[in-house]
Amino acid sequence: MADAAPAVPGAGPTGPAVLFWRVAVGAVALTLWQTLVSLKVLDAFFVSRPSDIAQRIVQWVSTGSLWGHLAVTLEESLLGLVVGAAMGISAGFSLGRSPMLASVFDPYIKMLNAVPRVVLAPLFLLWFGLGIWSKVALAVTLVFFVMFFSTYQGVRDADRVLIDNVRMLGASERQLVRHVLIPSALTWIFSSLQTSLGFAMVGAVVGEYLGSTRGLGYVISQAEGTFDTTGVFAGMTVLGIVVVIVSAGVSRLERWLLRWKA
Amino acid sequence: MIALELERVSRDFTTPDGRGYRALDDVSFSISAGSFVAIVGPSGCGKSTLLNIVAGLLAPSAGTVRVDGEPQSGLNRRATYMFQQDALLPWKTVRENVALGLTLGGVAKLEAQARAGAWLERVGLAAFAAHYPSQLSGGMRKRVVMAQNWILDRSIVLMDEPFSALDVHTRQQMESELLELWEGRSAESLALRGANGAQGDTRGVDGARAFQASGQRKTIVFVTHDLEEAIALADEVVVLSAGPAAHVVARHTVTLDRPRDLMELRTAPAFVDLYRAIWAVLRQEVIKSQQPAGQPRG
Repeated sequence: MADAAPAVPGAGPTGPAVLFWRVAVGAVALTLWQTLVSLKVLDAFFVSRPSDIAQRIVQWVSTGSLWGHLAVTLEESLLGLVVGAAMGISAGFSLGRSPMLASVFDPYIKMLNAVPRVVLAPLFLLWFGLGIWSKVALAVTLVFFVMFFSTYQGVRDADRVLIDNVRMLGASERQLVRHVLIPSALTWIFSSLQTSLGFAMVGAVVGEYLGSTRGLGYVISQAEGTFDTTGVFAGMTVLGIVVVIVSAGVSRLERWLLRWKA
Repeated sequence: MIALELERVSRDFTTPDGRGYRALDDVSFSISAGSFVAIVGPSGCGKSTLLNIVAGLLAPSAGTVRVDGEPQSGLNRRATYMFQQDALLPWKTVRENVALGLTLGGVAKLEAQARAGAWLERVGLAAFAAHYPSQLSGGMRKRVVMAQNWILDRSIVLMDEPFSALDVHTRQQMESELLELWEGRSAESLALRGANGAQGDTRGVDGARAFQASGQRKTIVFVTHDLEEAIALADEVVVLSAGPAAHVVARHTVTLDRPRDLMELRTAPAFVDLYRAIWAVLRQEVIKSQQPAGQPRG
């Protein structure tokens, strides 16, 4: 039953102690970095330094140049997440309900999942152009498989007794799907939402990095082109901060939707 | 009147290594409407298989099951089923779980919720209507399951060791509550159903029959490995042999008076005599089931 489903991520100890140690870990790492560069142990040309990176981000924010790029990346990620989830969930559902289909498609799915996404990027650029859709497509290829496997697992794992019970209580096939299979799969789907979200952003940024005129990936690749390590780290930092903020939102949503779990 | 009739029912399974395995062999018996029948047998003898066949969740390999005289095909729409494991939907509240059978049958949501509320009151869980099953104790969850089954007012209730996971005292409490419910001892039972009683079940049973059934005692088939529980609850105890190829080895009528006081019953002389008589038969089967299998594995 529900016991077999994965635990809700984001659960775990919280409170002032955790917050303190979180801040402490970050502060120590940054201080160490800054000090090593100041002492010339590390070369600022290769690794930049936290103060410069912070300054750069502040500059991007104050001039407003960041927002346009960020918006594009978020738009691509969101579209990739929605399209990939829709495709993955429907495919997972169809194959989870039909052992025949699952057996037929099994080798193909494994094969497709093994394709490194980076080699797809040039193809997608060719097919969908330099705009957002080639990035969305890349994000979809990543999100699809995470969502597909979770949904498939969730449908296959639905408790036999729950299914038998609602059937005895008079459920039709459609009602069975609605009242048992979907909620059962949702546990798995939400548990993989965090992973999918991360993958969607990876897909978008990698796509931008390989060929685009806007987005965080573009910013990072431009900086790399001029050996501007500060720009590269600043781009990565912004990306990281955005992921943490969006994840927190997803966690809240997840806790609400899975509130029936003890 | 006969509610359930099994005629030469057998069931075969294929083991993972491809060999055939006969779980039930030529089982025949009938159960009259409104009686409480317990099926006992050693562990693994196919009691649950038998119940699943009666429920229509499993098809017999040979033989026929008749429900109210009609040969059964597909799910048994005159029965509900209390499973050994927890079968409440964890993502629905207690009230939604109790109302589930009604809403599945097309009863309007508000009405279903109201009737579920009345049932929760009856099993003493009105205060927990908005809780999720994971927030309740084992005994409370069993009460919810009873309400979920009884609210449909089907004429047959199948029970597969429903209380086996509970501690001894909670278990006895549940057994008493089950008997009260079945005997209709609390007077509200009829008032509760009201004029809408016939709408509870719309599949396979016409309104008149469902309405008639609500005035009658339900037929209960109660599977257990605990002979004490079987005698304490039932009108009749059916003993199954050890598997494979389990069959009926004995049937005993339980002549104890009703209503029964389960707290006192187990030490009454009549109870002890019955226990001795049935145990003499069951004991042989339990010993057989504990002997190592005839063929070496692999």
